[in-house]
Amino acid sequence: MAIFLDRSSRVIVQGITGSEGSKHTRRMLAAGTTIVGGTNPKKAGSTLDFDGTSLPVFASIAEAMGATGANVVVSFVPPAGAKVGMFEAIDSGIELAVVITEGIPVHDSTAAWAYATARGNATRIIGPNCPGIASPGQSNAGIIPADITKPGRIGLVSKSGTLTYQMMFELRDIGFSTCVGIGGDPVIGTTHIDCLRAFEADPETDAIVMIGEIGGDAEERAAAFIEANVTKPVVGYVAGFTAPEGKTMGHAGAIVSGSSGTAAAKKEALEKVGVQVGKTPSETARLMREIMTSL
Amino acid sequence: MDLFEYQARDLFAAHDVPVLRGEVATTPARAQEIAKELGGRVVVKAQVKVGGRGKAGGVKLADGPDDAYAKADAILGMDIKGRVVHRVLVAEASDIAEEYYFSFLLDRSNRTFLAMASREGGVEIEQIALESPEALAKVPIDAMVGVDVAFAREIAVAAGYPAEILDQAADVIVALWEVFTKEDATLVEVNPLVKTPDGVVLALDGKVTLDENAGFRQPGHAALADVEAGDPLEARAKEAHLNYVKLDGEVGVIGNGAGLVMSTLDVVSYAGEAYGGVRPANFLDIGGGASADVMAASLTIVLSDPSVRSVFVNVFGGITACDEVANGIVAAFGKLADAGEQISSPLVVRLDGNRAEEGRAVLAAAALPGVEQNDTMDGAAQRVAELASVGRR
Repeated sequence: MAIFLDRSSRVIVQGITGSEGSKHTRRMLAAGTTIVGGTNPKKAGSTLDFDGTSLPVFASIAEAMGATGANVVVSFVPPAGAKVGMFEAIDSGIELAVVITEGIPVHDSTAAWAYATARGNATRIIGPNCPGIASPGQSNAGIIPADITKPGRIGLVSKSGTLTYQMMFELRDIGFSTCVGIGGDPVIGTTHIDCLRAFEADPETDAIVMIGEIGGDAEERAAAFIEANVTKPVVGYVAGFTAPEGKTMGHAGAIVSGSSGTAAAKKEALEKVGVQVGKTPSETARLMREIMTSL
Repeated sequence: MDLFEYQARDLFAAHDVPVLRGEVATTPARAQEIAKELGGRVVVKAQVKVGGRGKAGGVKLADGPDDAYAKADAILGMDIKGRVVHRVLVAEASDIAEEYYFSFLLDRSNRTFLAMASREGGVEIEQIALESPEALAKVPIDAMVGVDVAFAREIAVAAGYPAEILDQAADVIVALWEVFTKEDATLVEVNPLVKTPDGVVLALDGKVTLDENAGFRQPGHAALADVEAGDPLEARAKEAHLNYVKLDGEVGVIGNGAGLVMSTLDVVSYAGEAYGGVRPANFLDIGGGASADVMAASLTIVLSDPSVRSVFVNVFGGITACDEVANGIVAAFGKLADAGEQISSPLVVRLDGNRAEEGRAVLAAAALPGVEQNDTMDGAAQRVAELASVGRR
């Protein structure tokens, strides 16, 4: 079944004519994603060819949905236009919007979240500043490399792209139901908790890997959620123990402010509710491997 | 990006937040001139991005221009919690009847903005929150609605500001909201917000953090960066569009992806415990691609750090395949050799993921001097820590 994205997903690409948009459209198609078109108001009505697959370009997400039955949009709109792009996705009421774009001003992502909330959160937003979501063997919406793992029964939720890939790769013989890169920005749509809840309910997921990093308190809140709501085994990893206070470590949201947002506090919160936390990514993978082989 | 007080004050003034007249000086002579222009008593304030400067002797009253010279002379060059004072703000001195606290900030947990306000000001907000949490009003703000005068007044009431200043405070709060939104700030703090003996409300000290992601629509913000206080290597890395943070250890770290690089720093630290506390020297995320140019620029920056004794190149091939990365490393060595640059420290390279075998073969065939491979992140970290402890070859 997977979560949020499966083989029935019909995907459109916002910003399909841009260099990132077209590059990753080609990769998603190669990964078996059902892509049914793209949007660019200036090039509406034209058709693009991707290695033999021709895709129509629409003026808007709503128009693309009407013509193709699309229910997922992946957005590569550059930061300056990303807010308008997110508002358009929310207005369209599309089920899932995956926002890959890095570098969106936080006032814009906060406004988009407020807008989505005011409309009842009918559209699930993943990102921004994320690698997207992949349900191996079914569909891939974003920039996650598809061929480094296989379908299986582990669920993965992570703030970091490369650590997601690393974990997918280390556990490639066991395989994943769905991998969600939720992104490293201070304000994001889908959270660790949203994914934990969905994995808990997903009959095709047996155990969950949760990857966090410094900044904010998402991991602490996820720990509280796990204690109250998650019966499946969870293994955790937190990056950034050596990060100095007050410095942004690559991701806009990865910053220790004063004594809050530290990796140590997050690890402690997770361990307190019985989540095994690996010291390194490889140890985390080993812990998950032990759980999966003992199930 | 955190601003100095004088920069925050300038932004406040530009958005009609009431502030005292004043100007920044880098020399005692300039401080004297400013004091003369202002007339009367002035306050000379050290400009450092750290709290507690008053207690450290970084804020002094001066009776007139000559005294301002003397006070500026004493404060400039002072070391406050490890920060050297290069500038002072010389501003009109104000009598204070009461001090309050006010801020707008991004509330990450609730994905919204928050106003925090208290009748108690002049002390650190953490202290207010700890000692009298009931005196600190926290009011969430809908980003789609914003803050108008009526809502601003509600916040002022919730804060327990005295009745006679509510109207003035509401206007100040609306102006601060404008600073917060128009300047793409993630924090706008006024502490203290004061009432003078004649009942005027003023922002006496301010702290502003700007969102660097908004740089593309805030052309004025680049000039606010504190270039001289920044690490020179960080400045060079920024020019080369590299995501680099200087740390205090001996192992240079280059990797792809912020999470993986943060993780690499941790793994190096753990491994370093067995080698006399060897630690990472930097964070450097080369991002998605790993072209020869990016790799060469990264190696140059990392090796320019005199404390670096070994370098860990940790790449997980996702979209960028490992053989491309390996070719990038080989080409980078060529570029550095052509430029006459020496690879002064040993490198440990770990390639894993997409086309890892092919990438490792490329590196093995190139047999670059001082470069060894290790197939696992943990193993590579052990080795690079060991090399750092042995010292420069």
